[in-house]
Amino acid sequence: MGRYLLSRFLQSILILLGISFVTFVLLYVLPADPVRQIAGRSATAETVENIRRQLGLDQPFIVQYGRYLAGLAQGDLGRSYLQKSEVTELILSRLPASLQLMAAGIFAELVLGLGMGIAAAVLRGRMADQLLMMTSFVTVSAPQFVVSLLMLYIFAVRLGWFPIGGYGTAAHLVLPALTLGILGSGWYSRMMRSSMIDVLRADYIRTARAKGLGRSRVILRHALPNAILPVIAMIGIDIGIFMGGIVVVESVFGWPGIGQLAWQAIQRVDIPIIMGVTLISACAIVLGNLLADLIAPMIDPRIRLK
Amino acid sequence: MTVDARPLSGADKAPGTAAPVLTVEGLTVSVRTEGGLRPLVRDLSFTLARGEVLAIAGESGSGKSITSLAIMGLLPPPAVRVTAGHIRLGSTDLTALPEAAMRAVRGDRIAMIFQEPMTSLNPVMTVGAQLIEAIRTHEPVGRADARRRAVEALGAVRLSEPVRRMGQYPHELSGGMRQRVMIAMALALRPEVLIADEPTTALDVTVQREVLDLLRDLQRETGTAIILITHDMGVVAEMADRVIVMKDGAMVETAPTRDLFRTPGAPYTRALLAAVPRMGAGAVRGEMPVVETVAALSDVVVRFPLRGGLFGRVTRNVHAVEHVGLEIRRGETLALVGESGCGKSTIARAIVGLVPHEGAINVAGKELRQLDPAGRRALCRDVQMVFQDPMAALDPRMRVGDLIAEPLLIHGIGSAADRRDRAAELLARVGLEKDHAARYPHEFSGGQRQRICIARALALNPRLIIADESVSALDVSVQARVLTLLRDLQEELGLSYLFISHDMAVVENISDRVAVMYLGQIVEMGSRAQIFGNPQHPYTCRLIEAVPVPDPEHRRPPGVRLTGEIPTPVHSVGAGPERVRLTDVGGGHLVAAH
Repeated sequence: MGRYLLSRFLQSILILLGISFVTFVLLYVLPADPVRQIAGRSATAETVENIRRQLGLDQPFIVQYGRYLAGLAQGDLGRSYLQKSEVTELILSRLPASLQLMAAGIFAELVLGLGMGIAAAVLRGRMADQLLMMTSFVTVSAPQFVVSLLMLYIFAVRLGWFPIGGYGTAAHLVLPALTLGILGSGWYSRMMRSSMIDVLRADYIRTARAKGLGRSRVILRHALPNAILPVIAMIGIDIGIFMGGIVVVESVFGWPGIGQLAWQAIQRVDIPIIMGVTLISACAIVLGNLLADLIAPMIDPRIRLK
Repeated sequence: MTVDARPLSGADKAPGTAAPVLTVEGLTVSVRTEGGLRPLVRDLSFTLARGEVLAIAGESGSGKSITSLAIMGLLPPPAVRVTAGHIRLGSTDLTALPEAAMRAVRGDRIAMIFQEPMTSLNPVMTVGAQLIEAIRTHEPVGRADARRRAVEALGAVRLSEPVRRMGQYPHELSGGMRQRVMIAMALALRPEVLIADEPTTALDVTVQREVLDLLRDLQRETGTAIILITHDMGVVAEMADRVIVMKDGAMVETAPTRDLFRTPGAPYTRALLAAVPRMGAGAVRGEMPVVETVAALSDVVVRFPLRGGLFGRVTRNVHAVEHVGLEIRRGETLALVGESGCGKSTIARAIVGLVPHEGAINVAGKELRQLDPAGRRALCRDVQMVFQDPMAALDPRMRVGDLIAEPLLIHGIGSAADRRDRAAELLARVGLEKDHAARYPHEFSGGQRQRICIARALALNPRLIIADESVSALDVSVQARVLTLLRDLQEELGLSYLFISHDMAVVENISDRVAVMYLGQIVEMGSRAQIFGNPQHPYTCRLIEAVPVPDPEHRRPPGVRLTGEIPTPVHSVGAGPERVRLTDVGGGHLVAAH
């Protein structure tokens, strides 16, 4: 187990290095010039050149990337171009809010998705199954900002059940978390449904029924642990898509997390923040996958970590 | 047409003559299709006496499994249901019982074991948890009591170390051990009726024998009545007091086992019994003159590395095939027998170049390891394979004619018209119609599909056909006809067969020479007469003795009980199994020292 974690840790370092490189290249070749954003429209060419030299942006790519990595090795994500503070501090101050939203969002996503999937599989071919699958199709294909705005309009503006935006109380958390849950539930419900249908056909389900077990026990005790295995593997992969949703949802609901931070930074070409948030998101994805791989053998004894 | 419990002639126990434990009256089970209700079982009536073993025998599609599911109330809803008749357990009418009440019967008063022990246990629950669950579902006992009874039940099916088994998962047990767990689970609550649906069909023949012995012993101890669903007349003869023969959903004949085997009434029963392969019934063929060798293996080794550790180093090897040497002559059938995991299929795959090997494999005068990729492809013309499951071996989206002509296409032989003609000719050769070429595989029966596979194997005029369990999945009557076809083709075309099988009776029927494999090595090899008439190695003897004899007059005494672990072919790097040495005991009959 220790060995396994060590090898996974080394792999993760390589993955993060690769991601930092690709992101850095993309930002380097981007036509938008961060210096122009800092200096403003009226700045003279001399001022612009000064700023560029100060930030080290006149150096060749390899030097810039080398410096960034050197900082990274010491836990230094650099300094924001526009906010005049350390990126590490900015991210750390916003991380708790984002983690809270992520946890609530993933919880909502799983409860909705798995619940719908199980119900659809058990009621397969009936009206309810078709309705559920239609719903999942809508949530999968609807744009994230449309769903966010719709939720905001219905539950905050019209019904006034929840605050329109902001952060602080549990009531503030409900709408953004539910929105993330609805957005992500479609994939999970479809996957859960087909996995569950396969498992319900298995010989050991027939054995369980032949023992005289009741329907709910057959489904929850015998079918669910087997059916959930492919879904767990997907949670790790899904974190990436989920992070994209976080950026949109945090912006719409005014949630002061790293998604909102990233959104602002992208608009202003604040490269150190974009790099920092990207790397933090990559860490989340790597950790999510590791977690999924660690949970799977707890459910299925046939899976061995190696 | 209710059949009374007739007096049993010569059964080793006296079943109760009181009221039957189970009565089936006019049972009709139908499936709802687009064309209306179609009956799967028609007007079936029988009774089951306390302590009796009743076999329901028949080929696939006869309705025997549907009958058992109907008794259990497990017919797949909503399409399949009982449309007429009654099933009475004692005085309870099961067909009128609501689901909740039926649930209390299932597992408690009627239990069932299934054909596939490998998949019939939940892979993510321990054996113990599954047993305890079965007990606590029906009896108000605490965890500790249920656990104690579960351990007792595992001991009763003679599993070694029952306490340790409780904590194990199904994948840690062999097929035979899993079927024992299933039996323990079914009998833990002492049901009145046990339905065993092909309980040993998926097991190796020696394991089959152990499980049958076990079932018989337990039945004697507990007095549970057994309905044994099987296609194997050998198993019927060994086990049953009374037999019902079914065909196309209806009862053809019912009689006490001895009477049925001695004087079968219905023509279908007679045909079924005639088709059963029997030991000692193989066609006698004269000594063949020594002719050219089609394939020769010498010192062939196949190992599969198992990796582990931080850098994926090879830590252990599966020794699938160890120093095997054999040769196949022109026009002969060499049978390779042994139980699952003994390496017989790996040898087949090595000959066609699908797994890397060490040692020398010489096919049609060419050394396999010295061939370039083009040469290897050309070699496919000389060696073709026919597999066990014809449905899986035929692409469901291709027409039969295209399937048969595909080898010609791959090797660039002939024009499109030539290939079409050849496919038609081959179809006729294997006993199908020429116009079948335009149909798809799903339109054919299992036996016809295997004929299509044989036609495809013949397309390139091979010298050697490797038949890997090619008749194992077929019903006996179909099996007999396919074996006849293989024999005819051999005589006509001078083909050689490497016939891989676990079924000793079939091997005895078709082979000229036999090689017996155990844990990757050949332990005995010789002519059919030598192997079956004078088996020398204890493993060969065990294989032959384990075959159920389709004759109720000659029931065998219980075999030697084996409860320990099976030896494994997995060894650490550097280590390996002890190599056996074959010595000639006369007339080319090779036997390993033992």
